Amino acid sequence: MALTRRGVLSAALGGATALATGYRPAFAQGAPIKVGILHSLSGTMAISETTLKDVMLMLIEQQNAKGGLLGRKLEPVVVDPASNWPLFAEKARELISKEKVSSVFGCWTSVSRKSVLPVFKELNNILFYPVQYEGEESERNVFYTGAAPNQQAIPAVDYLMSKDGGEAKRWVLAGTDYVYPRTTNKILEAYLISKGVAPADIMINYTPFGHSDWQTIVSDIKKFGSAGKKTAVVSTINGDANVPFYKELGNQGIKATDIPVVAFSVGEEELAGIDTKPLLGHLAAWNYFQSVKDPANDAFIKAWKAYKKSDKAVTNDPMEAHVIGFNMWVKAVEKVGTVDIDKVIDALPGITAPNLTGGISTMLANHHITKPVLIGEVRADGQFDVVWKTSGLVPGDAWTDHLPGSKDLEADWVTLKCGNYNTVLKKCG
Amino acid sequence: MPFAPLLRAMMLCCLVMLGLLAPAVIRGQAQAQVSAASPVPGERLAAGLERFKADSFADTEAAIAAIAASGSAQGVAILSALGDRRLFAGAAGVFYRDAAGQGFDAVTGRPATIPPDAGLVRLNNRLRNVVQAALGTMTLLSPDPAQRVRAAEAVFRSRDAGALATIEAALPGENVPRVRRAFEEARAAILLSSADAPEELRIAAARRIAEASDNDAISLLRQFSGQTTGGLRAVIDQGIASIEQAQRIRAWGQTLWFGISLGSVLLLAAIGLAITFGVMGVINMAHGEMVMIGAYVTFVVQELFRSHAPHLLDWSLPLAIPLAFGTAGLVGIAIERGVIRFLYGRPLETLLATFGISLVLQQAIRTWFGPTNREVSAPSYMAGSFEFLGLQITYGRLWIVVFTLCVFAALLLVLKATPLGLQMRAVTQNRRMASAMGIRTRFVDAMTFGLGSGIAGVAGVALSQIDNVSPNLGQSYIIDSFMVVVFGGVGNLWGTLVAAFTLGIANKLLEPFAGAVLGKIIILVLLILFIQKRPRGLFALKGRAIEQ
Repeated sequence: MALTRRGVLSAALGGATALATGYRPAFAQGAPIKVGILHSLSGTMAISETTLKDVMLMLIEQQNAKGGLLGRKLEPVVVDPASNWPLFAEKARELISKEKVSSVFGCWTSVSRKSVLPVFKELNNILFYPVQYEGEESERNVFYTGAAPNQQAIPAVDYLMSKDGGEAKRWVLAGTDYVYPRTTNKILEAYLISKGVAPADIMINYTPFGHSDWQTIVSDIKKFGSAGKKTAVVSTINGDANVPFYKELGNQGIKATDIPVVAFSVGEEELAGIDTKPLLGHLAAWNYFQSVKDPANDAFIKAWKAYKKSDKAVTNDPMEAHVIGFNMWVKAVEKVGTVDIDKVIDALPGITAPNLTGGISTMLANHHITKPVLIGEVRADGQFDVVWKTSGLVPGDAWTDHLPGSKDLEADWVTLKCGNYNTVLKKCG
Repeated sequence: MPFAPLLRAMMLCCLVMLGLLAPAVIRGQAQAQVSAASPVPGERLAAGLERFKADSFADTEAAIAAIAASGSAQGVAILSALGDRRLFAGAAGVFYRDAAGQGFDAVTGRPATIPPDAGLVRLNNRLRNVVQAALGTMTLLSPDPAQRVRAAEAVFRSRDAGALATIEAALPGENVPRVRRAFEEARAAILLSSADAPEELRIAAARRIAEASDNDAISLLRQFSGQTTGGLRAVIDQGIASIEQAQRIRAWGQTLWFGISLGSVLLLAAIGLAITFGVMGVINMAHGEMVMIGAYVTFVVQELFRSHAPHLLDWSLPLAIPLAFGTAGLVGIAIERGVIRFLYGRPLETLLATFGISLVLQQAIRTWFGPTNREVSAPSYMAGSFEFLGLQITYGRLWIVVFTLCVFAALLLVLKATPLGLQMRAVTQNRRMASAMGIRTRFVDAMTFGLGSGIAGVAGVALSQIDNVSPNLGQSYIIDSFMVVVFGGVGNLWGTLVAAFTLGIANKLLEPFAGAVLGKIIILVLLILFIQKRPRGLFALKGRAIEQ
């Protein structure tokens, strides 16, 4: 730990010099603090992950303009895992062992997160994971700044069941065939049945990645919707398959007023490739929308457009998650005065940071954060109008209450020091 | 039985009288509601409009109801504007824009400039339905038949009892058949759903709805099947059964059409490969990227039209076809001259080299155009759908089927009826003999590869309409393309055609039972088994050339 101690010392020295002279040097002598960025810049996931790399670079640049962290400069280390899951683990190892980064911001798909998990545990480092995911996980080395199912899926279904959401009685759960949609749909199915929906009124459908011929499925949805009960579609369709799906919905004339579709993976970025006129009124559930009017959000959008040098640059939910995660990490490091991994991990729960929709998010003991849940409607310009919002912030729940296996589990890294404490058996693991 | 005719006549009399009476009762109620609600149209309207300023969904709903009940002349314009996101409310008042962009003051209906602080009045899906229903009731007597049909369809959905009087008054004078049909269906829907209407009327209404035999009809009947008893219930269930029967028959036609449409997409993607792989024998992994280049050419052309000649936007697609052919063809020729010509006869190296080229092209596009999807909008003639024999056929898919067949025919013509086609066939059948006859084989190689690539580019124009225009576009088609060409028989265009449609239809037949994921797996397994049995595909070429 000599290296870290020396780092602290020099940082402290640097801080002292700065105070004593009243002059603020750009950076003290301390070696820069390295921050790892682990997002795919090529391959299929580049469509979503490239912007997250850019937003991290912007945040680090802003922090450096403010004088860095602990008087040291922040240095981003960007690697490209190329949408290749095993490569994620290799690149994570490279970031931690070779580059000696103090934290990593990265991953998008659950499978990439699962692939880097053992590396982060073995080499003891911090991962900030910014994307909504299926839950059922809480690891000491990972901080989940995206939504857990209870912060996105469940409130979205509640909205559709409410009067304003159209009082849906029949449900299509359509998703891409991988772990996030399968787990989310399992949770939703259990939740719907607990709310009195008959199993015959739930249709579950999975399609391969990049599915492009939606004719049969859309016509099945239409047929399923003609049972005389209000029908809604909950879509966990991921990535590229969304564009042809929405095009087919438009072509077959499914209007949001008849069968609304609420999506969990379609944001401002994804809509950029679609002609949104036929999609007016279809929904998305997120914790952030670019259209939210808030001073913090306005400032962020302005900075982002300036950084991208494009007036058309859009912001989205995972970007906001990185903003929150980065600010929390900065605060935690400032609080303990070191980038020592164990100390920062222990300091993070309880740290607060403003989110961009006017609330203050808190890092919880289960390494998830509190977030508002917003339901937005697609508008003609590819943005969303917020039609519904939770009254306060919803704390992220790592283990869902709606599945038999995880109902009794609890994650608490502060008092219990355990990610999956069984409250019935009273033991960890 | 002499009594029978008399009895029947009496019953009929009763029925008719009941029929006349029932609407009158309902009408009376509706009128009572309206008259109590509207003292002066202008005042009611202004009071209603006031509530838009609150920017809450509950107030907006109250405002819609007030405007609908006010009987004011601007009501239709205001509610249409609300539905189309053209209504603004602020401290200065409520304003709307007409479709041409001219601003109006909602209270007076006079032209006005919309103040900048007036915000758009927001709706959600529930309120959108409320607006549709209100507009439906208000526009039943519109002079425009299309508008009347829309109005009747809205009433069919809302089943607003208040509209019954208007419909029954309008029905006898209605001459346009499709409007008349829509009115009758709307009337039946209202009667079926009014629990206090006489049983006979509701039974007749249920029969009328069952005749419509579409998704909306069966949805309505199913809704009331559980709520009714006795004779009415029997008629409704009978109607549901007959619609289900009709739907089962239509489902076969629909599946067939979906299969043809998927097959045409497969054919379009594979047809270029049928030249480069099928005729030339080059394993071209960069084929998908030629398709992608075609799609990006379409995007660029459309962007140029959008910025320079927006009124001609519909023409961007036809213009993109030759440009995509040219661009992808030139890229193809460059690949052939630069890489592939050194690798003839070494399939493994060709495979690796072209795979590398495909990655380079993908990343190049990603660097130039960004990793995100690009929007290529559908021209007006490709948007929407129509009904044919009860089948829902989308224009976009229909055009793609037609386009694919045209491309196929054109390619066949090039190969069979032009000197270049003759030389191509000569070179691929016996290179040395062709060379001895004075054919420039290297030139023909380059042209053949260019032709295959160009056709892939043309496929990209069509695929931009149904898939993502993203750097990954090509990847998703490369496996399917090889599948089609190998299944159809290498070197045989007709085989490619048959294979594409067979795979498309088989896929769509399996999908409803097996699901999309399993369906694809089953197709692959079947294909592997087939290739084991017939390694040369469906239509194998015969002759000495093949044995080499």
